[in-house]
Amino acid sequence: MSEIEIKNLTKRFEAGGHEIVALNDVSLSIEKGEIYGIIGMSGAGKSTLVRSINYLEVPNEGRVLIGGTDLSKLSEKELRIKRRDIGMIFQGFNLLEQKNVIDNVCFPLEISGMPKKKAREKARELLDTVNLSDKEKSYPSQLSGGQKQRVAIARALATNPDILLCDEATSALDPQTTESILSLLKEINEKLNITIVVITHQMSVITDICSKVAIIENGRLVEEGLVEEIFASPKTDVARELIANKKSRYSPIDSLKSERVIRIVFSENSAFEPVISNVILKFNAPVNILGADTRNVGGKAKGEILLGLPDDEDIQNHIIAYLKERGLSVTEVREGV
Amino acid sequence: MFDQKIIEMLLEGIRDTLYMTLVSALMGYAVGLPLGVVLNVTRSGGLKPNRIIYRILDIFCNIIRSIPFLILLILLIPFTRALVGQSYGSTATIVPLVVCAAPYIARMVESALNEVDAGVIEAARAMGASNMQIILKVLLVEAKTSLVTGATITTGVLLGYSAMSGTVGGGGLGDIAVRYGYYRWKTDIMLVTVALLIIIFQIIQNLGMKVASGIDHRKK
Repeated sequence: MSEIEIKNLTKRFEAGGHEIVALNDVSLSIEKGEIYGIIGMSGAGKSTLVRSINYLEVPNEGRVLIGGTDLSKLSEKELRIKRRDIGMIFQGFNLLEQKNVIDNVCFPLEISGMPKKKAREKARELLDTVNLSDKEKSYPSQLSGGQKQRVAIARALATNPDILLCDEATSALDPQTTESILSLLKEINEKLNITIVVITHQMSVITDICSKVAIIENGRLVEEGLVEEIFASPKTDVARELIANKKSRYSPIDSLKSERVIRIVFSENSAFEPVISNVILKFNAPVNILGADTRNVGGKAKGEILLGLPDDEDIQNHIIAYLKERGLSVTEVREGV
Repeated sequence: MFDQKIIEMLLEGIRDTLYMTLVSALMGYAVGLPLGVVLNVTRSGGLKPNRIIYRILDIFCNIIRSIPFLILLILLIPFTRALVGQSYGSTATIVPLVVCAAPYIARMVESALNEVDAGVIEAARAMGASNMQIILKVLLVEAKTSLVTGATITTGVLLGYSAMSGTVGGGGLGDIAVRYGYYRWKTDIMLVTVALLIIIFQIIQNLGMKVASGIDHRKK
């Protein structure tokens, strides 16, 4: 049984007489202990999707099963109790501004009716986990963005949830803080075996911590699978675009534009062979390196190179075939994508 | 300057004015606070939107607030008489003051609660909080600074209205100002009552604002 099972989910909104389909027949399942990424451009419907997991957003069609329990079958009160098993953090942190750090962490426990003393003990334990023991008495306005998100994480973990939902949790943070929050999430995932669902528009967040990823476009799930596989050989345009991150990287300046651009991805074992040099020697044709990068994908080093191929179409096809033979994944890159 | 009798009368006036202002503010909040909460909760986008309830309360508040206080005071005379047995004096004045203040307070409360960040409410819902818990532990707590500011403004308005009720025998400093200053041409007594009203107003305003900023943890 999967921890989270989403079956044929459809959500429609009414906006100014128009009907907007935010989610269109989305199905996916997330296993216990996984860090599962959901990525898409803004407006793709990923926020609606994550809000359906704790039923903050009630879908029009389809079902959401949490640990086998169908959320639509629960009464309002049962649903509120079920939500204690699902922690959530947000882009805007959403801390109570008029309560200090420890009272913020105690808040979900207070709601669940835990005695104050016991709640405080638990909260102190969690503040220790997120490295904020010294900020117990501070108010959110006195904290940095990263510290606020740490408080939010401690608060989300207070009720010992099985699932943690992260809605663009690092989008308001600078790169270094993002990194520290992501490694904290990873640490929590390993320590507590908690299932984490990460919503983001940044591929780097996915490649840093997620094992699996779903790509959402216009309310539809267009691609799903292991992060490693999708990173190496993205099948859809959206996936390619998200991996590229910045459009400019594939079409740097006009004078560098080649007829045909490919993206090759190396994994650790294929990085030993000097493939590019071999291509040039073998085909006696120049290739243009338009960009290169190494990235950490699920703990493995992945290298990627963008190559501009020579004009001759025959040579182009030969080069691609040769690279594929070498076990590298090759994807064609369309201009501007 | 003044003889013992007049000083005693002024002291009594202060006491009556404070009595009318504070009691009507308290009773006004007893009615206006829940009313404001209901307005906030039932508005579209609120915790439990309900167009019908919102519209009814909305119109009700607007009607009462559009009647000038002096006219309300006179309109309510039969009601006041039925309730407290007489239509003059400090206690009787509290009736129209409360009727006037309640919808005013409701609006103050509504707008204070509207300012609470929707994200915080969503976070509370995600934690499994019930609507009642959100109202009591999130909305009213997060909005406390605006609520205290609103209460300060309301009390100041009620101070002015209680003085206005002096024209129809309402008691307090306003009553003294009208009887001595206006009917008997004793300008000195009128000036003293005005000065006293100004001082009381300043104390209420400063105290309220001090409390409001003292309990605010948002920007420090």
